[in-house]
Amino acid sequence: MAIYKNLKAVKKIQNHLLGIQDLSFSEVMHILNEAKKFISLNKSSSKKIDILRGKTQINLFFEPSTRTQSSFELAGKRLGADVMSMNIVNSAIKKGETLIDTAMTLNAMHPDIIVVRHQDSGAPNLLSQKVNCAVINAGDGRREHPTQALLDALTIINRRGKIEGLKIAICGDILHSRVARSNIYLMNMLGAEVNVVAPKTLLPHSVDRLGVKIFNDMKKGLDNCDIVMMLRLQNERMEGSFLPSPREYYEYFGLTPDKLAMAKKDALIMHPGPMNRGVEIDTNLADDINRSVIREQVELGVAVRMACLKIFCKKI
Amino acid sequence: MKKKYLINARIIDPKNKMDEKGGLIITEKGKIEAVGKNVNTSNIPSNVEKIDLQNKILIPGLVDMRVFVGEPGYEYKENFRTLSNAALSGGVTSVVSMPNTLPVIDNVSMVDFLKRRGRDKSRINIFPAASLTKNTDGEHMTEFGLLKRKGIAAFTDGTKTIQNPQLMSRIMSFASQSESLIMQHAEDSVLSKGGLINDGEISTRLGLQGIPALAEKIIVERDLSFLEEYFCRYHISQVSSEKTITVIRKAKKEGKIFTAGVSINNLSLNENDIGDFKTFLKLSPPLRTEYDRLSLIEGLNDGTIDVIVSDHKPEDEESKRLTFAQATTGAAGVETLLPLALELFHNKSIKLDRLIACLTSNPAKILKINKGSLDIGNDADLCLLDINKPWVVKKNDLKSKSKNTPIENRKLQGQIIMTFVKGEVAFERF
Repeated sequence: MAIYKNLKAVKKIQNHLLGIQDLSFSEVMHILNEAKKFISLNKSSSKKIDILRGKTQINLFFEPSTRTQSSFELAGKRLGADVMSMNIVNSAIKKGETLIDTAMTLNAMHPDIIVVRHQDSGAPNLLSQKVNCAVINAGDGRREHPTQALLDALTIINRRGKIEGLKIAICGDILHSRVARSNIYLMNMLGAEVNVVAPKTLLPHSVDRLGVKIFNDMKKGLDNCDIVMMLRLQNERMEGSFLPSPREYYEYFGLTPDKLAMAKKDALIMHPGPMNRGVEIDTNLADDINRSVIREQVELGVAVRMACLKIFCKKI
Repeated sequence: MKKKYLINARIIDPKNKMDEKGGLIITEKGKIEAVGKNVNTSNIPSNVEKIDLQNKILIPGLVDMRVFVGEPGYEYKENFRTLSNAALSGGVTSVVSMPNTLPVIDNVSMVDFLKRRGRDKSRINIFPAASLTKNTDGEHMTEFGLLKRKGIAAFTDGTKTIQNPQLMSRIMSFASQSESLIMQHAEDSVLSKGGLINDGEISTRLGLQGIPALAEKIIVERDLSFLEEYFCRYHISQVSSEKTITVIRKAKKEGKIFTAGVSINNLSLNENDIGDFKTFLKLSPPLRTEYDRLSLIEGLNDGTIDVIVSDHKPEDEESKRLTFAQATTGAAGVETLLPLALELFHNKSIKLDRLIACLTSNPAKILKINKGSLDIGNDADLCLLDINKPWVVKKNDLKSKSKNTPIENRKLQGQIIMTFVKGEVAFERF
């Protein structure tokens, strides 16, 4: 982090956290610096402070989620906010209510911050135009998952001290992955060299235009990498056949010790979860405490979300 | 009606290769009696109804081959009266209405209804299109002969494509007997399934599933292959990509006889305009790259593309105020068709006579209707335009019932001053 030390936090221009694409370098550094302060708080015995006391946070999840939702809930509660989590999967939308109407209803209750996850790309953008509180994107369609990328960055910085100059491989289902997109933007912004490793059927159109190198051979893609970021095969988003079988996928694109051997000796393994063990990652590698930082990602996720809530809640 | 003498205009009539200063005489019955430089103040009687056009440009009323009306079934989006007002303010005097109504225009009694409503409620000429298949189900062909005899100008499933190749070949084969015009909306539904915008960098960045240009090209290639076996009057409704342009150009060069259209939206906008999920720019075919847009203009210039359409698809706000995936497809555009097309003239993309031909005589020729020209004896359907007048598009000024314009706040140059239908002044802008 040494190189970023002199950088002063700049006043934010964004009111909402909709995606990494909208953030400037200084905004990202501000979030990460704030998040670092919360890491130790989260490890202490008294985890609660009151900077968001009196604030109301609504978690609006249109898609089922375990870790992101609980992470945001915990983050809000530790900052002293009143947190309400709504799972819309089975409620109003089924009765025919539109996203905007749901938003307007909630808006009438004067929340200070809405955390939203939606299956449609751009839904948080639409929401942000209609409410007068801060909107934080907790994942929209296949577009962005900014807090996941930020927590990944924090995890890497925590272990490696910096991101600049690192070689990062993002592997797996890039086509359906919002995590991949947010990470590509963020890691590029922070000065990493990004490789994308995927079968051709799981690569989005013109992904090279996002500033990455494309590999269809995992061993070549992992060559000399510092970070190996695995992605989940998003079977629930796949319409039709993209792959012959999980077995074939694992053979060529699953993270196994022999493929990992191509990366640097101390390369870190990351995964946004939930994992498909034996499909995209060897189960022993996933649990290897020397290499895998998967649990640390979850831990730092709370700190990053606390920072985001603090920063964006203040805004409006 | 009294006889009218229109004088002092620049008259452009692509069909008759006319571009000259002059006037136009309209008979008591609303027909064109004389046109051109010979009609001027010196040789007309002094005691008649004279309209001085003040050197503005007089062209035939526009013929728009692709317009959606909400009647029957979707009157809240657009009815014949509002469509007629919108069209007239855009200089459009004839439209082909798409059959995607509720119920679908697929049988003779529906045509009667449509013609009656069109006649009673609208002042423009409505040329109804019927569907190629019953209820646009893509399986059972409609009664081409009977429908054509009732006055159906063209057949199309509108927003849908005939996917089944066997059926398509049979439609082409059968419809040729009645010399029916077939208009295909070219998009392979399997390749484009779930797709929302052009497949490319923008779709990757926005996280929206793409519609590959190949989905269009494949259908066009397929149909053009059929055309070798089953010759018929065949028209591709809207071309959107360079890939398809290349296929069409080659086929025309080889001597195949068919025609193709393009939406003004694809000529004037590209995928970047979608910006931050603007649902008003969710269109079918989708807006594609700038490279595609430029190749469409090239296709227009070299005759690969024959007509420009508005693809006027009025949608109420409720069906657009949704996430991009849930929002409906389409944009209102009949009244901005000509002004937006003039942008292509002003920025020197295309010559004026070619542009006007693509909006008047070419569609009329494809449809085999006596419109889109200033032929002596034709109905005096005319459009008078001030080619330089600057104005800004404001959705609340639009006459269409739905305000889903894709070019809100766009600064345009050129505006319609007057529109005549059958010799009567049907619209005038002060």
